[in-house]
Amino acid sequence: MLNCFIVGGVLCVIGQILIDKTKLTPARILVLYVTVGTILGGIGIYQKLIDFAGCGATVPLTGFGANLAKGALEAVKEQGLLGAFIGGVKASAGGIAAAVFFGYLASLIAKPKIKKQ
Amino acid sequence: MNPTDTSKEYGEYVKKKAPNSPILKDCFNAFWVGGLICSIGQLIFFYCKFKGLDQTASSTVVSICLILISVILTSLNIFNRIGKFAGAGSLIPITGFANSIVSPSIEYKSEGYVMGVGAKMFTVAGPVLVYGISASVIIGIIACLFI
Repeated sequence: MLNCFIVGGVLCVIGQILIDKTKLTPARILVLYVTVGTILGGIGIYQKLIDFAGCGATVPLTGFGANLAKGALEAVKEQGLLGAFIGGVKASAGGIAAAVFFGYLASLIAKPKIKKQ
Repeated sequence: MNPTDTSKEYGEYVKKKAPNSPILKDCFNAFWVGGLICSIGQLIFFYCKFKGLDQTASSTVVSICLILISVILTSLNIFNRIGKFAGAGSLIPITGFANSIVSPSIEYKSEGYVMGVGAKMFTVAGPVLVYGISASVIIGIIACLFI
């Protein structure tokens, strides 16, 4: 639990430093995190972090990337080249579908906030 | 006036005028909020394990729960307040990804349900998915060729 808290916190601090010290927009930082996570997941380093920190490593967006890579690698073992295209999205389908569906639902229910100065 | 001079002067002017963001305080807030969100995830994870789900299914349930929480908080206009306070602390966890989908989808509702909600939903999430999925396909192809 403590590992989870610290690793999750540190990953966020790295993001915060990137926001404050560089002119990267949040969107670019998210893209950077996913890509780095996918690469680290592909090499197999990220799995060690997950073993150490649990959700501290899987909940940040790098974990989303690592999950994509993990899915792709597992599917390649079973299905060969076809797996490279199926595995990644399959492994993270739950998160993507949930975000899209709940997002759409929320847009039906919630009213847009009026922008204050 | 020399143009390079003006741009340099302008840069200095901007630096002077821009609010000095207290990086230490920002980092501290990002640290504990980010850590807390991950810890909430870990609690849900333990609960799923306790209920007998396997590792992968539990992780998916954690993602879905955190996304749902983030969507609700965004709809109630609470999430952006947390975001202002915590910065990357709420951006980097999957909650930020969910927020980046929900926030524009509510905001652009007035432009219609297809080109407003449907399209604007992916202004931030789209690039994330494009690069994430592309990278995973490349890794899959490399693994296929060399392993």
